[in-house]
Amino acid sequence: MSIVGTRVVRQEDQNLITAGGTYVDDLREEALSGAAHAVFVRSPVAHARIESIDVSEAKAAPGVLGVFTAADLGLDPHDAGPVKEPWLADGVVRYVGEPVALVLTEERYQLADAAELVDIDYDPLDAVASIDAALADETLLYPETGSNIMQVNGTKEFDDGIFAECEVVVSTTIVNQRVAPAPLEVRGASCAWGEDGRLTVWLSTQNAQIARTQVAMSLGVGEENVRVIAPDVGGGFGAKIGADPEATVLGWAAKEIGRPVRWVESRSENLTSMTHGRAQQNTVTVGGKRDGTVLAYRLDVIQDAGAYPRTLFLPTLTELMAVGVYRFPKVETRSRAVVTNTTPIAAYRGAGRPEATAALERAMDRFAGELGLDPAEVRRVNFIRPEEFPYQTPTGASYDTGEYAAALDKALEAAGYAELRAEQKRRREAGDPIELGLGIAAYVEITGGDSGGESGRVDLFPDGSVVAWTGSSPHGQGLGTSLAMLLADQLGVPLEKITVRHGDTDEVPKAVGTFGSRSLQLGGSAIRQAADEVIAQARELAAELLEAAPDDLELDAERGVWQVRGAPSSTVLSWAQVAETASGGKLTADVWFGGGKPTFPFGAHLAVVEVDTETGKVVLRRIVAVDDAGPIVNPLTFRGQRHGGLGQGAAQALMEVVTYDEDGNPTTATLADYSFITAVELPDFELVDMATPTDRNLLGVKGIGEAATIGSTPAVHNAVVDALAERGVKHLDMPTTPIRVWAALEQAALQGVRVAEPPARGEAPDVTARKENAR
Amino acid sequence: MKVSIEVNGRPVAEEVPDRTLLVHFLRDTAGLTGTNIGCDTTSCGACTVLLDGESVKSCTVLAAQADGHAVTTVEGLSSSDGSLHPVQRAFREQHGLQCGFCTPGMIMASVSLLADNPKPTRDEVRAGIEGNLCRCTGYHNIVSAVIDASGQEVDR
Repeated sequence: MSIVGTRVVRQEDQNLITAGGTYVDDLREEALSGAAHAVFVRSPVAHARIESIDVSEAKAAPGVLGVFTAADLGLDPHDAGPVKEPWLADGVVRYVGEPVALVLTEERYQLADAAELVDIDYDPLDAVASIDAALADETLLYPETGSNIMQVNGTKEFDDGIFAECEVVVSTTIVNQRVAPAPLEVRGASCAWGEDGRLTVWLSTQNAQIARTQVAMSLGVGEENVRVIAPDVGGGFGAKIGADPEATVLGWAAKEIGRPVRWVESRSENLTSMTHGRAQQNTVTVGGKRDGTVLAYRLDVIQDAGAYPRTLFLPTLTELMAVGVYRFPKVETRSRAVVTNTTPIAAYRGAGRPEATAALERAMDRFAGELGLDPAEVRRVNFIRPEEFPYQTPTGASYDTGEYAAALDKALEAAGYAELRAEQKRRREAGDPIELGLGIAAYVEITGGDSGGESGRVDLFPDGSVVAWTGSSPHGQGLGTSLAMLLADQLGVPLEKITVRHGDTDEVPKAVGTFGSRSLQLGGSAIRQAADEVIAQARELAAELLEAAPDDLELDAERGVWQVRGAPSSTVLSWAQVAETASGGKLTADVWFGGGKPTFPFGAHLAVVEVDTETGKVVLRRIVAVDDAGPIVNPLTFRGQRHGGLGQGAAQALMEVVTYDEDGNPTTATLADYSFITAVELPDFELVDMATPTDRNLLGVKGIGEAATIGSTPAVHNAVVDALAERGVKHLDMPTTPIRVWAALEQAALQGVRVAEPPARGEAPDVTARKENAR
Repeated sequence: MKVSIEVNGRPVAEEVPDRTLLVHFLRDTAGLTGTNIGCDTTSCGACTVLLDGESVKSCTVLAAQADGHAVTTVEGLSSSDGSLHPVQRAFREQHGLQCGFCTPGMIMASVSLLADNPKPTRDEVRAGIEGNLCRCTGYHNIVSAVIDASGQEVDR
C-alpha cells in the first residue's frame, strides 16, 4: 500500500520534543570553544549623520576583545538594489536598528555593559517615516539619486478610457500594513576559521548555499573557502532567506580577533533589525456592469522598501498576480518602490502575493457592495473557468490548473453560507449590537516562481538503507518526512531506513533552498529524479545478477525487490543485494532538477466574525478554508502548513502591525508592544481538502507553505467590513483593532451614510473623484 | 554568588554572577540547551520551565531565586528508559510542533496546565497557553495535543 497520501508523524520531532532541538545558540561544537560573544550597537535614531564614534571607553571595559566600526572593516558595501548598503553604518544612519558598531567580549553578560560605553554622536536629519513623506521627495535618503523612488514598473500612463464602458466604478486605497515576521527563534550566527583557512558559519537561514555565496563574495574569498551550516532553524517565514549583513561582519571579526565568534540577537533587536514584510499602499479601481461582470481593473502599488531596498521583487510580484482568479478584459498595473527611514522590507510568508490578493478581494467586495449583490455571486460571474486553462493573464502569469468556482462552492457549503447570511439578517432585524460578518476570499498564488531548480541526491547502501540529500532547507515544514515518504513509495524501502539530510554546504554544495513554497515541487522533484536514476542503475546490475535483459526486470515497490517481469515466483533480489554489487560500494545519483515551472495553488476562504459595535471588539469565530495545492503527500503536515498560514494571515487582518512615530521611532519594538497573535484570538480551523494536479513538475504538486496566509487575510478583513456594512462602513484598514472599528463606526454615523448610491449609468469614469476610504 | 539548583533530579551548584538569569543558568551552567529564549519581555514563553512543579518563565527568574529549589526542563520529562512523557507523545502524534522552537516551553506550560486542570476543554487550553507564543502552528494542533495528552478524544 502506498504510504504517500497517508498521515505520517514526523521523523523530525524526536530531538525537538526531548532535547529542545539544536538551534544556532545551542551549538557546543569543539570548533566554537573559546568563542567570543558578539553584540551589535545599533542606531537609536531614524536618520542622522554620525559626527563621531569614540570606542576607547568600551575597549577598556572588562572582557572586551574588540570594538569595530565601519572604519575598521575595509569591505566593499553590498548592493541593496539601486543603492549600496554598508555593513556597519558609514557616516549616516538610515533607520532605528541599523548596525553601527560590533562589540566582542569574553562573556555573554559583558556585552551589554561594554556596548553602553560606545559613544556615538548623532546629528539628526529629518526622517522620512511614511510612504507619503517619501513620495514628497523633500527629504531624501540618498541625495545622489535625486528621489526616494527607487523603482517604477508597469503601465507608464494610466488611461481612464479602460473604464469608459463601465456602469459602475469603485476605487479604494488599501493600506497593507507593515508586519514583523517574528519567527520564534531570532537571528543568530557563529563563525570559526579553521587552520585550513576555511570559514565555517553556523547560521539560522533558509538557504545555506545562497548564504555561503553571499558571505564568500562579501569577504572576498572563494566560495570553496566558506562552509555554511544551517542547524535546526526556528522558523523563517521569508525573513531568513540567505545571509543578513551581520553574518559577514561576524565572519570578518572572527578572523580579525583570531577567535571564533558567536552571536544571537535579542527580540527587541529582532523587531527593528530583521526585515519586515508587506508595507504596501495599494489603490485599486474596479469597473464593470450592474450584473457584476468586471470589465476593467487597475492596481497601483506603492511599496515601502524601508531604508535599504534589498528586495524589490515584492511590488512586481504583486503586479504579476494582480488579477487573481478572475478574467478581467482590461487591466492596468503600476508599482513604485520608495525608501523610508524604517527597517528594510523583504519577503514575509506570501511575499507580494498576499498584497495582490488583499487589494483585489477588498475591491471585489467593494464592487459587490456598490451593486448590492452578494459577494459570492460577483466572484462566480468573473472566475476564470476550468476549460480556460492553461490561462495566460493580462499581467503575464501562465496559470496551470484551477477549479476556482468549485473551491468557493466547497467553502460556502462547508460553512453553511446561506444559514449564516440568515443569521446575520436576524441579528440586524433584532437590533443586536453584536454584528455578524462574513468574509470571502478567493485566491490563486504562485509557488516555485523563481524557476531556479533544485538539487537532490540519493544513496542506497548495501545494508538496504537510503540517505537522501536535498537542496531544500526545511525549518519546520516537515519536508524531510515528506521526501522520505516519496522515496519509500518509489523504492519500496521502509520509511525507518530512510534518512533525509540538508543544510550543510559541504554535503550539498549546490542548491537554492526554501522560499516561495518551492520545496516540494522542486526539491521533491529532484529527489524523484535522483531515485529514478538509482532505479536505472539497479536495473542494470540486477539484470547481470539474474542473467536477464534489463528491460525484463521490474522493481516490485510493494516488497522492495527486483524480479523478472511476469515471473514473480522466480528468484528475487533485495535492494541490499543489488547495492552490494555496485562499484563504489553503493548506488548513488546526484541530480539537478531544472525542469520545474511555476505552479498556481488556489483556494477559497470564508471567515465569520462577530463585531461588538459598542466597543469595536472583533472576535474571529470561524474560518473555513479550501486550499488546493495538488496531490497531498502527507496530510498531517499539509494541514499543519495551512493552520500556520491561517494563523498568520488572520493575525494581519485582526491585530498585527509595526508602527513608527513621525520621527521614525519604532513603537512596536518588543513582544510586549507588538501584537503577536495568541491562542485565544484564533478559533479551531475548518479545513476542506481539494487536490487538482499540475503538469509542471515530476510530482504533480504545488506549494502549500504560503497559500493559507494569502487567502485568510482578506477573508477576515472582508468579514469585519461586512459586519459593519449596514452601518455605513465601506472600508477600514487593517489591523481591525477595536479603536479602528470604533472610529470607523463613529465616522460612518457622522456622515449619516446608510447605503451608498451607485453612480448613474454613463457617468464619466473619473475614478479619482470617487475614491472612497472610510479611514 | 554560589547557586545550587536541583535540575531534573540532578544537583547543579556553581558560582555565578548575581544577575544570572535562571534560563542562562540552565543553558550555560547546567548545559541544558533545550530551554529556549525567544524574547526579552517575558512575552513568548519559550523559556517556560517548572520551578517546584509550577510553570515559570525562566528569563524572568534570577538563578539566585531558584537557589535551593527544583527545576524541571524539557530534557527531564522523558522516563529514564527513554519513553516519552504523555505530553511529548501527544505533541508528536498531533503535529503540535513545526520548527520546534516554542515547543519546550509549550510542553512545560501544558504539563503545568494539565496538573491544574486534568480534563480541559479546547477553550480552556487556549486560555491556559495564552502566555506561550507559536508562529508556525496557528495553535490548532497544540490545542489538540493537550487534549490528546489529557486522555480526551481529539475530534478535529
